[in-house]
Amino acid sequence: MTDPILVGLIIFVLASFVGFEVINKVPPTLHTPLMSGSNAISGIAVIGALLMAGSGHTPLTVALGFVATVLATVNVVGGFLVTDRMLQMFKR
Amino acid sequence: MDWITRIEELSYLAAAALFIVGLKQLGSPATARQGNRLAALGMFLAIVVTLLDRQIISFTGILAAIGLGSLIGAVAAYKVEMTAMPQMVGLLNGLGGAASALVGIGEFCRIVAVGDPLPLSTLVTIILGVLIGGVTLTGSLVAFGKLQGLISGTPVIFPMQQGINLGLLLAFLATSVLIWLDPAQMGVFWGLVALSSLLGILFVLPIGGADMPVVISLLNSLSGLAASAAGFIVGNSMLIIAGALVGASGLILTQIMCKAMNRSLANVLFSGFGGGSSQAAGGGLSAATAKSVRTIDPEESAMMLGYAKSVVIVPGYGMAVAQAQHSVKELADQLERLGVEVKYAIHPVAGRMPGHMNVLLAEANVPYPQLKDMEDINPEFEHVDVALVIGANDVVNPAARTNPGSPVYGMPILDVDRAHHTIVIKRSLSPGFAGIDNELFYKDKTLMMFGSAKEVLNNLIAEVKHL
Repeated sequence: MTDPILVGLIIFVLASFVGFEVINKVPPTLHTPLMSGSNAISGIAVIGALLMAGSGHTPLTVALGFVATVLATVNVVGGFLVTDRMLQMFKR
Repeated sequence: MDWITRIEELSYLAAAALFIVGLKQLGSPATARQGNRLAALGMFLAIVVTLLDRQIISFTGILAAIGLGSLIGAVAAYKVEMTAMPQMVGLLNGLGGAASALVGIGEFCRIVAVGDPLPLSTLVTIILGVLIGGVTLTGSLVAFGKLQGLISGTPVIFPMQQGINLGLLLAFLATSVLIWLDPAQMGVFWGLVALSSLLGILFVLPIGGADMPVVISLLNSLSGLAASAAGFIVGNSMLIIAGALVGASGLILTQIMCKAMNRSLANVLFSGFGGGSSQAAGGGLSAATAKSVRTIDPEESAMMLGYAKSVVIVPGYGMAVAQAQHSVKELADQLERLGVEVKYAIHPVAGRMPGHMNVLLAEANVPYPQLKDMEDINPEFEHVDVALVIGANDVVNPAARTNPGSPVYGMPILDVDRAHHTIVIKRSLSPGFAGIDNELFYKDKTLMMFGSAKEVLNNLIAEVKHL
């Protein structure tokens, strides 16, 4: 089995290139929604938080997991909703 | 690999694909809203699948945490004023970073408590996660404070700043080595957490308010990298992919913002713009006070605008502060009623975050095709009758073209001074965030209207209605 860190690194580098290609040349009008939308995606850390909160290893890790889950969920829900609210205002 | 794990992995793959398609669609006005929803769907899928994971043994607390987070997020998203959007984005960045850092901290605590082996590669990812997450959190909080006016927007500079930062960085490295030698010393680890937080504060504190678009973009990128680091820590490729996508998008925006100011990223981050150059600017300022400005009253101004053929409105941070975007739109409507062609010229770094002006004008129902980018509108200015500058300063300073000694020299600007006439609505003659005087205000063709943008505009609207 290959080293998981190495596999992770390969995924990371390739995904970064995909990110650059996909997001390049976004018109200035959409800079703010793009930022708040991608910001919501970075709330993906909620997955790590859930695994930590749910695994019940020690009281401390569970507590940290709960706090992390709350913060990341605010990030995710707030980010996507505020982006939607902004985008519905953009009209031709 | 059993079937549950297989379904989980495939669902993560689907979620990652949804993120990529969503981000792609966010890049075009016609599809942006759908793109955002696709990304949200991807996130929903990822969360549901994770909840099915059999590592998770207690659900009540988790569901409560998700419910609480969703509630806070939803209320904030619906309550926030559009003018406060930079703060909102800044704060959300910080929360994402905090969550990632907590994942790193939690994993470290677990390893130490359970007594698992701690290979160097795992330790490095944890340290990186704590560092990036911590810097994102405290850096975003300082940015939030500056944007909200809780902390002075001017660069905070103190003696030995670079030396102290270097010292902190060395202390961070030393602490990391100590942890490697003896992970069981939890006190040392908490020291590492504290150092990361301190670094974030000191990193944003010396950066001025006008450079906030760069800082917010960079923190956005960092929040993505923090999520990626968390992915390495818990061994989840979904986090790595999503984090890398966000990291890349934040970096692109950072680049665009730096280019729009003709400055390198290093210059923005480490120069303490405005503070350091105040000496050079002082000379210009005293020379300028000898010059005189011409003011214009609302009545005259209304006549100029109402009988013009074409008017270009140039909004800046002053419009956001005065919440004057609806008044701007009303004035434009009145002018259009009189047959005036109205356009808006948007500088890439106008305001406090990328695209700040576009969002505010969209809120006031200005159709986005009327908003012109700098490259498109600049060649048109010489045929424009009146350029109406509302609360913008540094982005229309002709010194950027003409005065090699000016700190803004070389920055691309909106050429409002090339219009037949320029009307500037501004609270006072005080310099903008770059801390330098604006020679535009003293030109013969420039007419000043002093006051809060909203008040002045409302007077102007009343006069235009009488035409």
